[in-house]
Amino acid sequence: MNEMEKTAGKAKPVREKRGLFHRENRLSSHTISYVMLAPYFILFTLFTVLPVLASIVLSFTDFNMLEWPHFVGWTNYIRLLVNDDLFIVALKNTLLFAVITGPISYLMCLLFAWVINEFKGKLRAFLTLIFYAPSICGNAYMIWQIILTGDRYGYLNGLLLKWDIINEAIIWMKTEKYVLPLLIVVQLWLSLGTGFLSFIAGLQTVDKSLYEAGALDGIKNRWQELWYITLPAMKPQLMFGAVMQITQSFAIADISIQLAGNPSVNYAGSTVVTHLLDYGTVRFEMGYASAIATILFLLMVGTNKLVQRLLRRVGE
Amino acid sequence: MKKLRQLFRHRKNKKLNRSPAGNALLFFLMGIFGVLMAVPLVMIVNNALKPLDELFQYPPKLFVRNPTLNNFVDLFVAMNSSWVPFSRYVLNTVIITVGGTVGHVLLASLAAYPLSKHDFKGKNMLFSMVVLSMMFSWTVTQIPNYMIISWLHINNTYWALILPACSFGMGLYLMKQFMDQLPNALMESARLDGAGEFRVFFRIVMPNVKPAWLTLAIFQFQQMWGNTGYMFLRDEELKPLQYSLQQIAAGGTARAGASAAVTFIIAAIPIIFFLICQSNVLETMTTSGMKE
Repeated sequence: MNEMEKTAGKAKPVREKRGLFHRENRLSSHTISYVMLAPYFILFTLFTVLPVLASIVLSFTDFNMLEWPHFVGWTNYIRLLVNDDLFIVALKNTLLFAVITGPISYLMCLLFAWVINEFKGKLRAFLTLIFYAPSICGNAYMIWQIILTGDRYGYLNGLLLKWDIINEAIIWMKTEKYVLPLLIVVQLWLSLGTGFLSFIAGLQTVDKSLYEAGALDGIKNRWQELWYITLPAMKPQLMFGAVMQITQSFAIADISIQLAGNPSVNYAGSTVVTHLLDYGTVRFEMGYASAIATILFLLMVGTNKLVQRLLRRVGE
Repeated sequence: MKKLRQLFRHRKNKKLNRSPAGNALLFFLMGIFGVLMAVPLVMIVNNALKPLDELFQYPPKLFVRNPTLNNFVDLFVAMNSSWVPFSRYVLNTVIITVGGTVGHVLLASLAAYPLSKHDFKGKNMLFSMVVLSMMFSWTVTQIPNYMIISWLHINNTYWALILPACSFGMGLYLMKQFMDQLPNALMESARLDGAGEFRVFFRIVMPNVKPAWLTLAIFQFQQMWGNTGYMFLRDEELKPLQYSLQQIAAGGTARAGASAAVTFIIAAIPIIFFLICQSNVLETMTTSGMKE
């Protein structure tokens, strides 16, 4: 009742007007909300909420995809955090990955979207395509296989040999100390994806009159304009971009498996998700894999909380 | 560089707060990164045009020397020898991609609107659920997902791909973020004119967040186009183009030419879609005043 009163108060100026929904505004404003939500959320519950809940439940079992799962309590989690040295290596790599590629990728998305926004028409669409190309060309990172080929015909080796920086070819992806840094470079190259395009779209919706008002208020250069006008105006997109960035940076696996193999040399390129894939798709220890997924999930949720707090301070 | 500067001088009246030094720095940076980013595009196009001896050349060269269309001829030959008529794969892909893209954009936007602009109980909880759902690893939810799809008896139908795609979390989140920016006055005035909520949604809200749903369409199209349906579709007659193209490309050395053509086509279709959507994103900017 209380809730209804509140809405009724808000809808007051509308209620007096004609129209199907307005005559019974108090009730219909809720009903119509739920009607609009229903199709999406029914599907969302079926195909996302239930599977996620099921996975969390499975993380407390010994499910191996053949036998009926047995409840094992915290066993998987204890094993994961205490007895699984490889998981700790994977976790360390993932955190390093996320801490380096996350913020840099995010800033790159923002910077390039912002510069591209200066252009107009076809040129702009073309530039967007060029920068988005690594994300649209499917497994475009395969080109790095050619660049990083371990013999002297690999592009990188060839170049370094020519310049006498190295004396013999380096097997990049099989040398422990190079694996992680090179994977980070490739990942950065792949940065301009979802966040980038949403920033491009977000920049479109910034109210142009704000810029003129800003110029009158004494904003002198483009950097001030960016910080005091553009960024605050596109905060919703910044938050969206951050979430997408977190989900990408913590879930790095594909490029590691494709370029360094799984398992990689001395696990130098192993990440939480490659570890998860190892248990989930190779060893069929689904209970254990679910526990890994749950830990990863908590890690991302925590990071997200932190990042959203930081983003609230943009433009202050 | 000169051309760029001209471009800027031309628009000087429009853009405030721009210094030539700043322009130079930023565009220099753009140039360098632009070349790096364009490499895969360049490689895919060149590989598709390479004759076989160049494809097998070692070490590989980026640019083609004797361009030929033989690879595409090879691909068409391979297409004609497919198990079911090739047009069937095309039809399947059209159904799955259009269904998954239109369905998701529509349902996610429709749900994002009340989450953004209406006041009701449980709103924040629903929204956080969607955002959090994106952080759960997709690998482990696949098995429960499979069980649910079997339970609904939509296994081995188009629905097994389309319905889950409609409920991805990203679309709702993206649409809600853009709708949050719309001033409430915009909708109020339409309501005062007697428009119902669905009318407000289709006539006012959606046109004003056009850049958002065009961008979402790009993401979703890419997802759907890349889907081979290997988990849910058993019948050959239901499988999408992506599956059959990958089958052709997997034909080993004998199919190396066709395989390069396949890579080209797999990349070209989403790029065409991307360009159509992106240029429309720009149109909104020039034709409507958005929030002014």
